[in-house]
Amino acid sequence: MSRLNEANVILAKEIIGRYPKARSATIPLLHLSQQQNGYITSEAMVHIGELVGATSAEILGTATFYEMFKFEPVGKYLVNICGTMSCQLLGADELMHHAEARLGVKAGGTTADGLFTLEHAECQAACTEAPNMQVNYRHCHRMTTAAFDQLIDDLAAGRLDGEIPPHGTLARVRQQIPADKAAGVASLDAPAQPAWMPAPEATS
Amino acid sequence: MTTIDPDTTADDTVEAPPVDPNAVNITVNGVPHVARKGQLVIEAAADAGEYIPRFCYHERMTSVGKCRMCLVECDTGRGPAVTVSCMVPVAPDMKVDTQSETTKRMQEGVLELLLANHPLDCPVCDKGGECPLQDQTLSNGPGESRYVEEKRHYEKPIAISDIVLLDRERCILCDRCTRFADEVAGDPLIHFNGRGNNTHITTYPDEPFSSYFSGNTVQICPVGALTAKPYRFKARPWDLSQQESTCTTCAVGCRTVVQSSRDEVLRYMGVDSEPVNHGWLCDRGRFNFESVKSPDRVLQPLVRDGDQLQPSSWNAALAAAAALITEATAAGGANSIAVLGGARGSNEDAFAWARLGHEVIGTPNVYAQMGDGLPAGLLGQPRATIDQAAHAATIVLLGPDLKEELPVLYLRLREAAEKRWSRIIEFTPKRTGLSPYAWRTIGYEPGTQVAAVQQALADPAIAAQIASGDVVVVAGRANLAESSAATVAALRELLAAVPSALVLPAFRRGNVVGALQVGMRPRPGGLDTRSTLQAAADGKIECLVLVGADPLADFPDTDLARRGLAGARRIIAVDSFLTASSSLAHVVLAASAYTEKSGTTTNIEGRVSTLARQVTPAGNSRADWMIAGELALALGGDLGYDTVDDITADIATLVDGYAEVTIEALAASTDGVVAGVPSAIDPMNVVPVDLPDRNAYDFRLVVSRTMYDQATGTANSPSLAHLPRGSAVHLHPLDIERVGTTAGTEVKVIGPRATVVFAVVADESVLRGTAWVPFNNPGPNVGDLIDCFAAVNDVRIENI
Ligand code: SF4
Ligand code: SF4
Ligand code: FES
Ligand code: FES
Repeated sequence: MSRLNEANVILAKEIIGRYPKARSATIPLLHLSQQQNGYITSEAMVHIGELVGATSAEILGTATFYEMFKFEPVGKYLVNICGTMSCQLLGADELMHHAEARLGVKAGGTTADGLFTLEHAECQAACTEAPNMQVNYRHCHRMTTAAFDQLIDDLAAGRLDGEIPPHGTLARVRQQIPADKAAGVASLDAPAQPAWMPAPEATS
Repeated sequence: MTTIDPDTTADDTVEAPPVDPNAVNITVNGVPHVARKGQLVIEAAADAGEYIPRFCYHERMTSVGKCRMCLVECDTGRGPAVTVSCMVPVAPDMKVDTQSETTKRMQEGVLELLLANHPLDCPVCDKGGECPLQDQTLSNGPGESRYVEEKRHYEKPIAISDIVLLDRERCILCDRCTRFADEVAGDPLIHFNGRGNNTHITTYPDEPFSSYFSGNTVQICPVGALTAKPYRFKARPWDLSQQESTCTTCAVGCRTVVQSSRDEVLRYMGVDSEPVNHGWLCDRGRFNFESVKSPDRVLQPLVRDGDQLQPSSWNAALAAAAALITEATAAGGANSIAVLGGARGSNEDAFAWARLGHEVIGTPNVYAQMGDGLPAGLLGQPRATIDQAAHAATIVLLGPDLKEELPVLYLRLREAAEKRWSRIIEFTPKRTGLSPYAWRTIGYEPGTQVAAVQQALADPAIAAQIASGDVVVVAGRANLAESSAATVAALRELLAAVPSALVLPAFRRGNVVGALQVGMRPRPGGLDTRSTLQAAADGKIECLVLVGADPLADFPDTDLARRGLAGARRIIAVDSFLTASSSLAHVVLAASAYTEKSGTTTNIEGRVSTLARQVTPAGNSRADWMIAGELALALGGDLGYDTVDDITADIATLVDGYAEVTIEALAASTDGVVAGVPSAIDPMNVVPVDLPDRNAYDFRLVVSRTMYDQATGTANSPSLAHLPRGSAVHLHPLDIERVGTTAGTEVKVIGPRATVVFAVVADESVLRGTAWVPFNNPGPNVGDLIDCFAAVNDVRIENI
């Protein structure tokens, strides 16, 4: 199912409700659909258009502006190696070559088992920790080829599952419908809290 | 408290003229100029005679400052600063320099960068010769490029709609087409895709740019990135000759320029007429010029010989037509002759035909409407102009879907609602193109519009809105499967409640307003179209003259049209095409078409503007007015016209409301002249018909026009002919369930007269309990279900 699933439609409506204009929710909903499918499907863009009242062309146009939205399936782990100045001076090229050899794909490719996609990236704002890379946008500082091999082994073995969610999931904590809204009636005793804050007790 | 002696203060104030609060003093290239407050520098400079080069700026759309071509230096007291002149308004004492060294260097830089990725395939580009990029590179460009790298490549033109093609390599990303689609047309089906160097325009895959207004993007694209199929590779701009004219496809009357080469019409372009179209055209009006050169045109008069219409000479055909009329008069008197049509021609054509009918033949039965509009008496109401409608505090819509029937009026009213200077209150039997922009959309079941209006007027919010300012009612026929009585009554109700309201008549067909006003309407005792066809069916019409009229296609009640044409003893047709109706005629007189004849036309607001004769009439065809003149002579009368101008002058002297519309006044004004409201026009006489209750199992029929249908202009234009959506019965999704069928399946639609099989389309714009079928679309004919004497038409829908 590549449209938003039922649970995500409920969440999408909640997210839309946070904005004065429905179409302001476009980007969060694109993330939501990427979380669901690992990438943004064609059907999801049509669906988001319906939800926020925009044409599919507008959703596509907006989505393609952003590097973090993928329109083709990517691996479970997106490995981005920074190649900008600081990192390059401290061995980014070597790290990239090593990564290509280890994973058996060129930058931009996905491994046959669908586990890893390797990408070249621009500065990740961790220049003091160069050479830097990210797995699903989680930083890995001061990488060495040995640390890289260890990381890949750990990811493949599922040892980092608790720390690094699959591609598409941005936050450790999934956005939730605040408890007061979920019931449809707000309890008068409930502490006043802004509706847009995730309700911690509801995360399980 | 001090008293001011008037005598002493007078001396002080006499010298200085009152200060205009809106005046802003600036200098442009050192020359003082008075600009308006809030005016953009690019506009103020233009007023001062300095054209600042631009690509993205368009005076009818929001400024976006995308291309940077309009950079100039402005000094507001803090030294010269680089200024985007399409984004920055004038300020007091601003010094604008459009020619400084810096300005020049910036313009060269912008052009060099724009050209870095431009394919420069000017020799094979349709825009070459009229291309702002070419022109401004010549006038403001660096002359040389330093770019030696590989340019970006895209697949050469991709079709983004049935009509428009996009060459992404040529696109300079000015945002004009996308802004137009979003802001003006309300169809944001094209959008920028990607970022930086990879940015390009796209549609969503498999969702084409199927806007009714797509042709405008081709006209405003400042490069050859967007081209339209009908003109691609047809001509070079320097081979074109052109004249300003008016579109007569519908009654909005958009200002156009007709361009031709080697006596062949090749393109229409929109002309910016402030009171009418703001430069825009709809695609139907823009591209149906193809029909003018259709191989199916009637090129010479035809006279019936048994089953066949045989080509004939004009003399023989006119003699035959005159003989038919003389015989008819002898057999049944002048009253047994009826003239239908006239809306397709010019005011002059209509005036000549009205005189021929009323004076020479002597019949009161002359009518320009095809039974698909409101009574002509609507034209006697205090009339609003399009501008008044588009600026009224409240616009009340009691008529057809303007997007389908009067497309550019839709653009004007949509803008009014979008920019929030007007609120739209809409009464309609089906959601329309304007519903998304309406402040209130009040759906009514056909026949109940009076109750809907009364109920709305009783609503305090609506009453307050109506009381808040001026009100314009756009009134017309929303449903062809319903008598116009209820709409007229509802209009009366509205006008009684808001006596100051003005009316903009939503008559649709070409020059129908002109034809009605100059005289193509029944004289006392005369028959309208419905009565004419009924009389013909009863064998009481000895001769029926169809002046560009095709009742079989256009009259809502097809059965009556069929019986009428079969019952008319003699038929004379004046037409450019052999239509379903004109092919039944005994004599067909070949009529020249739009762009082949000059004259004037009158739009819905009464604005009279000129038509250009840009090409030679096809074959031996003649203008309708000439045919009327010749026929008069053959009948022993004489209209006395040698030229079109004779008639234009005669109209000014003789026609109620046209006194100001002189040849001189028309020549002096590019926007045309608004004719006055006729003082003596028949009252809106409608016989109220009892409204039967709807059986709960029945559906009340709603039938209305779509922009693309089987009209001759569309059907004979290859680029448009395949665009009609096709006839089908549209039902609300819940009603589809109720019938127990599914979208796409065929069902029987059963009326008292006929059963017609249609495919079902799920359509949320259709009210529950009603069924909508588009009129005159390819496929089964809904006209077979319509009884034009009934108040409403109810049908049963059954599975097959
Ligand atoms: S296609 Fe033409 S109008 Fe549209 S952005 Fe490109 S250059 Fe501008
Ligand atoms: S709106 Fe009417 S007058 Fe204007 S271009 Fe379209 S068909 Fe012609
Ligand atoms: S250069 Fe690599 S993180 Fe900044
Ligand atoms: S015209 Fe001003 S930025 Fe394009």
